[in-house]
Amino acid sequence: MANNNPAKNILYQKLQVVIDEKMELQNPLIEILHQAQEIFGYLPAEVQQFIADQMRIPVGSVYGTVTFYNFFSMEPRGKHVINVCTGTACYVKGASKLIQMIEEELSLNMGETTKDGQFTLTSVRCVGACSLAPIFTIGEEIFGQIDSRNKLKTILDKFNRYA
Amino acid sequence: MSLEIKVGLASCGLAAGARDVYTAIENYLHKEKIAADLKKTACIGMCFAEPIVEISSEKFAPIIYGRITPEEVPELIEKFLTGTPNTAKAIIAKDCEAEENDTYNSQTRIVLRNCGKIDPVSIDDYLKVDGYKALEKSLKNMNRTEIIDEIKESGLRGRGGAGFPTGLKWQFAYNENNKKKYIICNADEGDPGAFMDRSVLEGDPHSIIEGMIIGAYAIGADEGYIYCRAEYPMAIKHLRIAIEAAEEKNLLGENIHGTEFNFELHIKEGAGAFVCGEETALMASIEGERGMPRIRPPFPAQSGLWGKPTNINNVETFANIAWIILNGAASYAKYGTEKSKGTKVFALAGMIRNSGLIEVPMGMPIRDVIYKVGGGMKTERPFKAVQMGGPSGGCIPAKLLDTTIDYDSITKTGAIMGSGGMVVMDTSTCMVDIARFFLNFTQNESCGKCTFCRVGTKRMLEILTKITEGKGEMEDLEKLETLSKNIIKGSLCGLGQTAPNPVLTTLKYFRDEYVAHIVDKKCVAGVCKPLIKYEVIEDKCIGCTACARKCPTKAISGKVKEIHLIDQDACIKCGICFDVCKFDAISKS
Repeated sequence: MANNNPAKNILYQKLQVVIDEKMELQNPLIEILHQAQEIFGYLPAEVQQFIADQMRIPVGSVYGTVTFYNFFSMEPRGKHVINVCTGTACYVKGASKLIQMIEEELSLNMGETTKDGQFTLTSVRCVGACSLAPIFTIGEEIFGQIDSRNKLKTILDKFNRYA
Repeated sequence: MSLEIKVGLASCGLAAGARDVYTAIENYLHKEKIAADLKKTACIGMCFAEPIVEISSEKFAPIIYGRITPEEVPELIEKFLTGTPNTAKAIIAKDCEAEENDTYNSQTRIVLRNCGKIDPVSIDDYLKVDGYKALEKSLKNMNRTEIIDEIKESGLRGRGGAGFPTGLKWQFAYNENNKKKYIICNADEGDPGAFMDRSVLEGDPHSIIEGMIIGAYAIGADEGYIYCRAEYPMAIKHLRIAIEAAEEKNLLGENIHGTEFNFELHIKEGAGAFVCGEETALMASIEGERGMPRIRPPFPAQSGLWGKPTNINNVETFANIAWIILNGAASYAKYGTEKSKGTKVFALAGMIRNSGLIEVPMGMPIRDVIYKVGGGMKTERPFKAVQMGGPSGGCIPAKLLDTTIDYDSITKTGAIMGSGGMVVMDTSTCMVDIARFFLNFTQNESCGKCTFCRVGTKRMLEILTKITEGKGEMEDLEKLETLSKNIIKGSLCGLGQTAPNPVLTTLKYFRDEYVAHIVDKKCVAGVCKPLIKYEVIEDKCIGCTACARKCPTKAISGKVKEIHLIDQDACIKCGICFDVCKFDAISKS
């Protein structure tokens, strides 16, 4: 895509490589979107247009898929995405209280990103570690039994420090 | 003396801090120059006792320790080496008196046979426990119909929830005359509160792959997919490693075991949509489309993935296959009831002591599962209900605790077996609120194809929210029932057809609670915020100001050493004052 921003061009080049590689598969749209989100951090309209052009499919199909699945985001997200589990076991064991604690600690609301771009707070249906409810994940790391503000602070501080 | 040490590093272990324990062991062994075989394993099912460490040597039978901290590691190893193992922290061992020992030994583990015992990413570990022997037996000594008959005779029914006989399903796909067929493993474990699939995927991925290869051979498929939800990164990682290892050993690929049978297996990562657990939606998602269900017939066995005959089974179902082939249908069918054979894995969570995974024969009463295997309630608060089947299931009350666990008996209660998630609730859970929780879930996850599911669940959610806010009317209950009936009738797939179940079962067994919310404006469990009131108990308040300082809306006023007061209009009922007060001077009513 014509773009004067060199940093961005590199990202598009990366995406181009992914698309070329995946086009051998039968309709690889979801795989490409996963990778594109990893490259760009989110899926803005111009990235979707780029994918549609390269795959020679209507941009509507791309948009339809992006908006259907919870994993894809059209909004920029923070460096660390906090996913609070809101499955039944976590709900029964105080997931809403955990969300409230995080919201207060980071001064944001569910779905938002901190001003410094460090954290985004979202929820996930269930991460399947129900015995250690309430739970949240950051990236692929998983934290269980977060029932006190101190435990929460220690974890958030750790991520802030390595920011 | 050579030691063997295993640390459980599945998601549940990691969430409890097992990584630090593993590092502590590694460092200690290195520092003290102790020769030991340190292994990573997965989840043994005792999630409540994580982090879990198993130590054994030629001299001592394995001892499994629970709730280990990194600081305790040196003493644990040292005592084991000096011949006086620490038994205080042992949870499973010979002659061990720990309660957990009974929990573990009262189970019959078929699906979970290797979980927590082997290193899941080592194919050699799997081969050592008779791994891929069932595949060899199938390819060399059995013909395709014999395999299908064996599965039919075992009585195995689909463990994903609906309980359709697996052998019959395979027969349908076998009967189709088509050169191209697919086999799919549904690893999109969506029911919140169920995590047996995650545990097997993380802890014993080869057992699923072996089950799939046998299934593919039986029905005549040469290509397969494992559709795994993206929320399980470790499961996906372990599957990838396992598939590669199986390919290297020619257990996947062309001319498997020197026969003419070829089979290629792919992983497809989901993208977070509950409805993709429904088989036709799952196939749409594999095809790269929006995961929306398709009209049946034609059934997947006739026209499934890319229009080809397709057989789709759940993770737990596939994990049973190799065991059945090796041990025979009769050995499997000796467990369970007349119509529900074998064992079933349950995920115990919520307000239960021994939360984790257990595997027991079908036909055990729910009471035994909760009180014997599960160790009873976690707190002193009494049992109120057990939620089975996730958003498609229902809440089973105390009076039905003697119901036996089999597909038909559970369905009679209005709940469903589902994938085996059991979330135990005590009196701190509000049944109207839990019904609202599930409706919120299904309403969010409805794909929008069928009007009744799309709009109906939204209307039901609005009514339930109104009731939890104390604005409900008695007619609302009838409206809920009418909407439920229509949604069940007017929806194409399982998501819509079962979405009203949580409401219907709570209305059936806990109608009083709905009425209390509507008529008395009371939430007995103290959950529904608009119906709760926090007040300062004047006799107990010493004026420490802790609550006033923490109150996010500054709704609490009062000077030091004076009785405080909560401004009810400004109070958002967050409960912080109630939690921080050390003098029990805040009442919640």
